[in-house]
Amino acid sequence: MNTQVTLAGVTFKNPVMTASGTFGSGMEYSEFVDLNKLGAVVTKGVANVPWPGNPTPRVAEVYGGMLNAIGLQNPGIDVFLERDIPFLKQYDTKIIVNVCGKTVEDYVEVVERLGEEPAVSMLEINVSCPNVKEGAIAFGQKADALYNITQEIKKHAKQPVIMKLSPNVTDITEMAKAAEAAGADALSLINTITGMKIDINRRKFAIANKTGGMSGPAIKPIAVRMVYQAAHAVKIPIIGMGGIATADDAIEFLLAGASAVSVGAMNFVNPYTTVEVAEGIEAYMRKYHVENVTDLIGAVEE
Amino acid sequence: MKQKQNATVISQREIAPAIYDMWIETTLAKHAKPGQFLCIYPKDRSTLLPRPISICEVNEQENALRIVYRIAGAGTREFSGYRAGESIAVLGTLGNGFPMEEAKGKKVFLMGGGIGVPPILELAKQMDADKQIIMGYRDSRTFLREDFEKYGRVYIATEDGSVGTKGNVMNVIGENGLEADMIYACGPMPMLRAIKTYAAEHHIKAYISLEEHMACGVGACLGCVVKTKEIDHHSHVHNARICTDGPVFDADTVEI
Repeated sequence: MNTQVTLAGVTFKNPVMTASGTFGSGMEYSEFVDLNKLGAVVTKGVANVPWPGNPTPRVAEVYGGMLNAIGLQNPGIDVFLERDIPFLKQYDTKIIVNVCGKTVEDYVEVVERLGEEPAVSMLEINVSCPNVKEGAIAFGQKADALYNITQEIKKHAKQPVIMKLSPNVTDITEMAKAAEAAGADALSLINTITGMKIDINRRKFAIANKTGGMSGPAIKPIAVRMVYQAAHAVKIPIIGMGGIATADDAIEFLLAGASAVSVGAMNFVNPYTTVEVAEGIEAYMRKYHVENVTDLIGAVEE
Repeated sequence: MKQKQNATVISQREIAPAIYDMWIETTLAKHAKPGQFLCIYPKDRSTLLPRPISICEVNEQENALRIVYRIAGAGTREFSGYRAGESIAVLGTLGNGFPMEEAKGKKVFLMGGGIGVPPILELAKQMDADKQIIMGYRDSRTFLREDFEKYGRVYIATEDGSVGTKGNVMNVIGENGLEADMIYACGPMPMLRAIKTYAAEHHIKAYISLEEHMACGVGACLGCVVKTKEIDHHSHVHNARICTDGPVFDADTVEI
């Protein structure tokens, strides 16, 4: 039985990763799960300088999920390279660094710094965070803007580039194709879906930012649909995510066309989710006599 | 040590309107310190996130923890229906407790307001100091009062004046001419702001326990931050994580 997957020339021991922003840089969850059992740790977004993020409340629960508007608080690339990368290097798992910025130059600066760090296997470019006003999603909601930033990043990146796509678009295939045409090596989707919650007793927004990104099991069908559509629109591999709570959910994404999967909000609900998903995929493979996990990719019957 | 495990409800009763007192059996009791909290997971899958609830009392010998909480929404409403024998998922023990060693031999105020009263109980029990316990409630339906009387002089404030001093915990200090070398407190934000100001004016140290909406409870999601005076060692911006760096902070270090 072989659980390995290869994306853009990088081989992962299994297809299970962590969704950016839900796992820090692995340190907090290393108390609960053995990071060696994960295909990759995808870090919280890192910018060229420290970002303070948004005011609180930053999180709110909604039916079957949650809203967040953290605002990409991060310590900046210097601290990240000094503290977080050495921590992750201790483990036998791949490191994918999520990169955020306000301008193209910000992104390029981080991408170039990370190019000097061979322990980083891939870069994931966050052009889809709905919670910051400048940068981020401004690049991810128009196909031409996405094309341009992807092309610019590819010029400077030493590692393969994953573009993380927003679901807050009319046609996900248009965005997937634009990223592929500009040279993206892989795609990850979906980022959170913009939502809102109002506290009727206090007549206030549940989140200080008013809107927040929705995640959790309630968004899974939307994510599976978008992964399926994107997988049929492009040839580059896709990392699927959105509400994965169990191995069954992960397998749904693989069958829809994802080459790997990420566990996001459910880490908050069950800190052991990532490893349970990885083990559950193996159990499914044994049950259905699947030799290679790659046999599942896009294997839904039409 | 942080662990998610199943705990068993030993007992539960309503001790004031919408305030519930529950004892649970869990080995987490071995590590629990006053001021720490648990994350308790509702079973209803529409309410996914754990509810952070402070530890009210610890019985290490019997592996038992007491939590006293208020029904604030769907999750805590579910908890209030649990009976003895119910198995519940808990994550703990979380956060840093109150640094109570500093109080040794000193005269202290232990202050709790509303649902901020419960975490002060175990602190009052364990602390070796001259304890003046000041509790604030909305009205005569006070709770945990008899428990506190075992551990120090208890003063009560009620908003409607039905018991003790009319007003809040700060009015108790004035009305009784009380003094202290240190303060430990948990309660609503206006109370904690008043304590921060009082401590600064009197040049005394105040440790306050904060709360905020949380998702993970373990420092990963960065949902529950508080502004800090200095750049925080973890975030490298002026934001400490209440769940992990707190929930207890030196009042002088946070901007509330």
